[in-house]
Amino acid sequence: MPEITRDEVAHLATLARIDLSDAELDHLAPQLSVILDSVASITGVAGDDVPPTSHAIPLTNVFREDVVVPGLTAEEALAGAPEVEEQRFSVPRILGEGA
Amino acid sequence: MTAPTTDTALMPFDDVLAAYDPALGLEVHVELNTASKMFCGCPAVFGGEPNAGVCPTCLGLPGAMPVVNGKAVESAIRIGLALNCEIAEWCRFARKNYFYPDMPKNFQTSQYDEPICFDGFMDVEVEGTTYRVEIERAHMEEDTGKSLHVGGSTGRIHGADHSLVDYNRAGIPLIEIVTRPILGAGEKAPEVAKAYVAQLRELIVALGVSEARMDQGNLRADVNLSLSPKGSGTLGTRTETKNVNSFRSVERAVRYEMQRHAAILSGGGTILQETRHWHEDTGITTSGRVKSDAEDYRYFPEPDLVPVAPSREWVEELRGTLPENPTVRRSRLQAEWGFSDLEMRDTVGAGALGLVEETIAEGAAPQAARKWWLGELARRSNEDGVDLVDLPITPADVARIQALVDEKVVNDKLARQVFEGVLAGEGTPDEVVEKRGLAVVSDDGALGAAVDNAIAANPDVADKIRDGKHAAAGALIGAVMKEMRGQADAGRVRELILEKLA
Repeated sequence: MPEITRDEVAHLATLARIDLSDAELDHLAPQLSVILDSVASITGVAGDDVPPTSHAIPLTNVFREDVVVPGLTAEEALAGAPEVEEQRFSVPRILGEGA
Repeated sequence: MTAPTTDTALMPFDDVLAAYDPALGLEVHVELNTASKMFCGCPAVFGGEPNAGVCPTCLGLPGAMPVVNGKAVESAIRIGLALNCEIAEWCRFARKNYFYPDMPKNFQTSQYDEPICFDGFMDVEVEGTTYRVEIERAHMEEDTGKSLHVGGSTGRIHGADHSLVDYNRAGIPLIEIVTRPILGAGEKAPEVAKAYVAQLRELIVALGVSEARMDQGNLRADVNLSLSPKGSGTLGTRTETKNVNSFRSVERAVRYEMQRHAAILSGGGTILQETRHWHEDTGITTSGRVKSDAEDYRYFPEPDLVPVAPSREWVEELRGTLPENPTVRRSRLQAEWGFSDLEMRDTVGAGALGLVEETIAEGAAPQAARKWWLGELARRSNEDGVDLVDLPITPADVARIQALVDEKVVNDKLARQVFEGVLAGEGTPDEVVEKRGLAVVSDDGALGAAVDNAIAANPDVADKIRDGKHAAAGALIGAVMKEMRGQADAGRVRELILEKLA
């Protein structure tokens, strides 16, 4: 089982917006490798006739009727927002990432 | 974002074609017109009071569980079938992970390697030539929230730049339709791109699955373009111009990017793979985001939604609800309307087929409907730089104006003023006629007086008419029309002149 490299952990941390120091990377990368190895041991147990699956229950086509149901009021929706302006969620601009 | 500049080097279009082959790709997002959102029961209506159409699910609050809107799946399948796609027997939703505040969940629920529709095509006609546009996929996803960017320069309390987000739009069902690279269009690449989007819109309207207003953002196009050395058969590095929101702009954006790429390549430069912003006002693109490692969305199957497995019976049932095939429809309409091949081609090319059809359905004669949309209104759409369909006038208005002409309430010349009034937002055609006092005078009393004046002022002409030279009546009609400021029924004026000078 290929282990996860320090560089890969650094890349994932960047993607997840987690600021890790060099010391933390040194510390975490080997730990993540151990975790991945442990999870990977499941593939050894599953036979070739067991396909990978993303869902634990064999259900498909669970649909909702296209009907409007009441949600939250704007006041309720914004109640947990750190900052509100003009009845909108006020968020810091994220530099270098235009939509 | 770089400020728009116009000093970018461009190669003349003909020179581009001499040296390069363009490859086009189009990604079109269609906002469905379902009553509720994709994964929750909030209204699928954008606008209105900010953040009043949201719930724990579309806000991504902990513990909220999404459930797929069955109607949206139905619409996705119908779009796929209309585009000659295969419909997946089994497919999943996936999380597209990214950090941007337009999605409160920190991911967008989309589909990744298992789109519900794939491997289709649409035949697009440009000036009599048919181009087959291959559809790679059409998948289901959800729209994002709407951000208002507040600049630091506006002197707000916080000083620093920040954004205000309204999540009413977040979660509205979207279908993203992606083409394979369109090769071999050559000099017609800009027109093929425009015709594809226009024809796709027509199809979406016929399916009734979206309002499909480009100016309202119900239909949004991203334009991919690359050039390769002529005859090389390779694919060059592409740029992706985002949110091009009219047919006309799709054509202009392709043309602009072809000219810009060619100037860079011929100068020995390389094309940066990036997204670009389209500027409607200046007709140019500017650099957006460079595609890089950071663009790693870490897609994985959405654990909160079970797979979608449309039964073949359902798919066939939906196939039975499809509107007429576009090619068959055109032939039928052309026969019904008695249009020549050229008239039909111009109508389709102007993106006016649906508009003409609706105008005729509202009671106008086919040639009259064509005349107004391709004449007066096409001229206005060019002048204003908007698509015909986005002009603030409806097919019903056009049919009513033609009815006013037929009823001799206005003549052709006055009808143009009625168009002007309706386009200026002065009301319905009848209201414009009323407010502007445009109705022609066919009342014999008022006309008679004007005719008498004209005869008195032009005794020589009057004598000629008395001698039987009826062709001379034109001069008197002109004089009467001038006195009546154009608001006279020319036919009736002629009759009166001939009666009086018989």
